[in-house]
Amino acid sequence: MPSLGRGGKREVELIVNGKKHLTVVRSADTLLRVLREHLGLTGAKAGCENGDCGACTVLVNGVPIKSCFMLAVEAPGRNVTTIEGLGGESAVQEALLTLLLFNVDFVHRGLLWFAMRCCNRTRMPMLRRYVAGCSPTFAAAQAMKK
Amino acid sequence: MISFDFEYVLPATMEEAVQSFQHADSLRLEPLYYGGGSEIITMARIDQLRTGAMIDVKAIPECKALLHQGGKWIVGAARTLTELAADNSFPLLTETVLHLADQTNRNRITIGGHVCGKLFYREALLPFLLTDSEVILAGPRGVRRASIHTVFNGGLRLERGEMLVQLITDRRYLDQPTYTVKRTKIEYVDYPVVRICAMHTGDWMRFAFAGVSAVPFRSQQIDEALNNRSLPPEVRINQVIRNWPLPVLSDMLASADYRRFVLSNALSDTLAALELKGG
Repeated sequence: MPSLGRGGKREVELIVNGKKHLTVVRSADTLLRVLREHLGLTGAKAGCENGDCGACTVLVNGVPIKSCFMLAVEAPGRNVTTIEGLGGESAVQEALLTLLLFNVDFVHRGLLWFAMRCCNRTRMPMLRRYVAGCSPTFAAAQAMKK
Repeated sequence: MISFDFEYVLPATMEEAVQSFQHADSLRLEPLYYGGGSEIITMARIDQLRTGAMIDVKAIPECKALLHQGGKWIVGAARTLTELAADNSFPLLTETVLHLADQTNRNRITIGGHVCGKLFYREALLPFLLTDSEVILAGPRGVRRASIHTVFNGGLRLERGEMLVQLITDRRYLDQPTYTVKRTKIEYVDYPVVRICAMHTGDWMRFAFAGVSAVPFRSQQIDEALNNRSLPPEVRINQVIRNWPLPVLSDMLASADYRRFVLSNALSDTLAALELKGG
């Protein structure tokens, strides 16, 4: 049986943007807090910290989730991707920049992640065409697939 | 941030989970079972909830079940709403959960956390009430199987230390004609002022409600009143609202009178749609 009485702190290994990080966290620390304050990855923002705004969205095993709604202690063994992990080369980032939709900051991370996920599926051809129209890189990649 | 510390436990089996809960309980840690965590984290952050131990159920194999077996659809309590919608074995449930929270929240909310949580709307419970599903529960007295109505209809009736493991639904209900309607105050995704899920099973219609009263429920009396085809639909609806079995909520979302008004219109739409679909 898992033991109790360790005072709520533990060392965890997190895989973030393809790199392993060892850090000591409180069980009560959210993934958002650990990404920002322990790992210095401030791309995910503490907006509402209530699961409403989406500014803290990250990918966990490829699934977009609000990192303010996840405990860091749940993350070991899962691949976490933050906005920094995109490297600024994502076609969707390029498309949003082309449209002058901000500098893809703050709450629009949620939009970015959602758009990326939709473009990676075949069920939203209109969005793929839209992004292709705004992103030369994406359009070229799509053309090569045909 | 969450201001208090707690132990986090990730048991590998139901037995470990229950034992961990009991051990934490004996230490007066006020343990909680932890699924998606969205509700627990939100409430802990604003000090609406305090606990000394969280028992995460997501590593328990039975809680991650999602399969068809022996004429039943078996859903583990740790399955997320997104996974259930993607599976789409039960289209009424899919339609219900898609209108319940945004996608990133659905990626975290588990069906077990949703139906056992403190937020009283529990809309995703309604399709299971319509299908007379059964639940598998694990607790200090062992594992038991019970009708969903004895445990979740009209309120939570879990024993201390008991956790929801699975929901089991007869497959013959999954593709029956159904209808669901949700009325919110402003936003498309929001808490319901009124939520109705309904099903046509041959010659009988079934109805379940959330948002109108402080608990989600299904009522035999309401089913009988709405199935009384000797009366016109508007008379049936008026009867149901006059004899509503529970107090109608009056809160920030809507007054009781407004809820009754919205309920009347929603029931009218539901009856019309269901009678058309059911033939």
